[in-house]
Amino acid sequence: MTTIKTYDAIIVGAGGAGLYAALEASRRCRTAVLSKLHPVRSHTGAAQGGIGAALGNVEEDKPEWHAFDTVKGGDYLTDQEAAVILAEEAVQAVYDLEHRGLPFSRTPEGRIDQRRFGGHTRNFGEAAVRRSCYAADRTGHMILQTLYQQCIKNQVDFHNEVQVLDVLLKDGRCAGVAAYDLATGELLLFKSKAVLFANGGAGRMFRITSNAHANTGDGQAVLLRRGIPLEDMEFFQFHPTGIREMGILITEGVRGEGGILRNAAGERFMERYSPSLLDLAPRDIVARAIVTEIRQGRGIRGDRAVDDCVHLDATHLGRQVIEAKLPEIAEFVRTYLDIDPAEAPIPVHPTAHYAMGGISTDLEGCVLADEQGARVDGLYAAGECACVSVHGANRLGTNSLVDLVVFGRRAGRHLARFVQQADFIEVTEDAAAPTIGRLKELKSSAAQSPSPHAIRERMQETMTAQVGIYRNGGDMRAAVETIKELREEFKQVRWPDPSRAFNTGLLEVLELGHLLDNAYITATCALHREESRGAHAREDFPDRNDSAWLKHSLAWLEGDTVRMGAKPVDISRWAPKPRKY
Amino acid sequence: MKLTLEIQRYDPEKDRAPYFQSYTLEADPTDRLLSLLMRIKQTLDPTLAFRKSCAHGVCGSDAMKINGRERLACKTLVKDVVDEGKNLIRIEPLQTLPLQRDLMVDQTRFFDLYHSVHPYFINPEPPPEIERLQSPEDRAIIDDGTKCILCECCYSACPVVRETNPDFMGPAAAVQAARFQDDSRDSGFLERLDVLDGPNGIWPCESRFECTRVCPRSIKVTKLINLTKRKITRHKERRE
Repeated sequence: MTTIKTYDAIIVGAGGAGLYAALEASRRCRTAVLSKLHPVRSHTGAAQGGIGAALGNVEEDKPEWHAFDTVKGGDYLTDQEAAVILAEEAVQAVYDLEHRGLPFSRTPEGRIDQRRFGGHTRNFGEAAVRRSCYAADRTGHMILQTLYQQCIKNQVDFHNEVQVLDVLLKDGRCAGVAAYDLATGELLLFKSKAVLFANGGAGRMFRITSNAHANTGDGQAVLLRRGIPLEDMEFFQFHPTGIREMGILITEGVRGEGGILRNAAGERFMERYSPSLLDLAPRDIVARAIVTEIRQGRGIRGDRAVDDCVHLDATHLGRQVIEAKLPEIAEFVRTYLDIDPAEAPIPVHPTAHYAMGGISTDLEGCVLADEQGARVDGLYAAGECACVSVHGANRLGTNSLVDLVVFGRRAGRHLARFVQQADFIEVTEDAAAPTIGRLKELKSSAAQSPSPHAIRERMQETMTAQVGIYRNGGDMRAAVETIKELREEFKQVRWPDPSRAFNTGLLEVLELGHLLDNAYITATCALHREESRGAHAREDFPDRNDSAWLKHSLAWLEGDTVRMGAKPVDISRWAPKPRKY
Repeated sequence: MKLTLEIQRYDPEKDRAPYFQSYTLEADPTDRLLSLLMRIKQTLDPTLAFRKSCAHGVCGSDAMKINGRERLACKTLVKDVVDEGKNLIRIEPLQTLPLQRDLMVDQTRFFDLYHSVHPYFINPEPPPEIERLQSPEDRAIIDDGTKCILCECCYSACPVVRETNPDFMGPAAAVQAARFQDDSRDSGFLERLDVLDGPNGIWPCESRFECTRVCPRSIKVTKLINLTKRKITRHKERRE
């Protein structure tokens, strides 16, 4: 007997995009939010440095400049109309968050304060501009809190610790989802006219990452398995400054406030890589510069090993600035490194941070099923799990939070309009059968189960070593083969704990399966794209190749193989040019 | 070093009562407790249940009692808590909230209390076209309260909830209320007053500072509660 619950709309995930969409949708239709974590635990809360919007509070700025920076930052793979919408709607989105109580840091005049961030410039690249609106270095925390508070006010219906494991699709339409209730071990069916996936990223496919343990690409995998393609998955951002070995994020805001990257000799090496923007060049460029310094023996240890690091020096900012504007960072560094950032530099190296690619959507968050842009009626995606594509081949800092609120809101609004005129599609208990079968199989005893932990470690090691910042065909071919083997091995995994209540280990196995699918698509797409663009830097194809590769990739998972496709990039505003900073 | 973790276990489907189980493993002084719990689950005992997510102290998932004190497992390093000589660390779930399994407790009541204080921005005036203005000084007043991640450490540590008045709203709800009561842009003071000024509002607080002592975000919880008490008293005096 499977419980079937009925709602007009289901939102999967309760980070910034999911909560914003929930606020929009719940005003107009019966909406439930399914989240595998309690909403306030979502990874939006870990975002630090700010949300970009051309308010012009501290110096002249225009949305058009923000849009251009986003396009150039994305190495011209950004869809330009999407970038314009992002930049224009960012301004109102920030005011809207402020009106809902978000405690932004302020200028002496009482306006929202703004600081510099990588790749954000005035007048189409002239110099760095102060565009990032921030709340100390816990901007994501404040966005998450503010949106959750508004959801309490508006009595949004949350189902927490409920993990979506399948999407119900019928004749090109979405009919609901199947989900696992952690507290009871029960499989639930949710029948709905529309479903929006806002489940976040999949950074845990890498060994060193800034991402939460929960970032396992669940929605991406669930949709892949039902024939929905993912877009531009080869583009994965490595944030330049993660705490050595742990990968914990040290915000770009440190450099926005004047922090400087230095090699073992104390040299400000970014002068050689980005003469105009220096330490505030976009993340792909800074991450490559750090790896190059390390490879050439100028890292802090100087042994050219991959786990060497460089220094992020904030000592000259003074204790007062650090405690006022970067208090969280100061605390992380004290806690995990026993270093006072006002006294000593921070050892950092790049950390896997953000998927530019994801579930292919249009500007309203509608999920697209093919190269021609056919919508799957009632199916939506927003936030990091989605690909609008507004980040192209490399996302600029602060634009992820903008993406969440701008496209979370657009998707929520469109979804609410859609359900007004749509009917339910019949859902019967049979819809749960494949997932129940899968769970039963996992819990069935097997003489010899491979260790899920060993599979996870090998996947993470492979992705970090072979599908990292610098890539080449040989490494990536090996990575694809390894991931294929691991996916085969994974099919034999059985979980020894049969309990129903709070079987967190069982969920971790399911999450590992999701990660493996994300890793498989990421590695395959990376091997497929024979050029260097944005975050995808190939040693065997070092140049951008617009004539062959100025296109989005689409990838379908068909059983154990990946089928590749492509679709054009919107370059209606700015013609692609060489990307120099 | 060889380290022993003594962990409270409880499986609602099997056990009548919680008990302790010991695991011995190799650990570095700089290992996070969360990493050790994960290692136990991955290599020694797959049935161990606990919550986790961000692993660097900002999501609030892994609050638990470590050597008798509420802490976040991901923000606690072995060297911070290890009992020198014995190389032993004892890990228990939070107190006061109902036990679910092993280190997991039921957070429903905690969040119900939080919701009860109307923890959201209230200002019925139509907003300006740009942002509402707020001076850096006024912004600084609410800074401490905005750091709260609702991890429940303070609620578990509160001796009033445990010993005197189990219906007390607890420190976290009070902090969240203060964050809005003190916000120069907010006008919901009266809307929150009924709950705050009620018998289980902030008055049962006896200023015993356990919340302040354990807060992993270093929020001056007791101070915020006392400031709110003073604010309510002043409000009532003015009304008389």
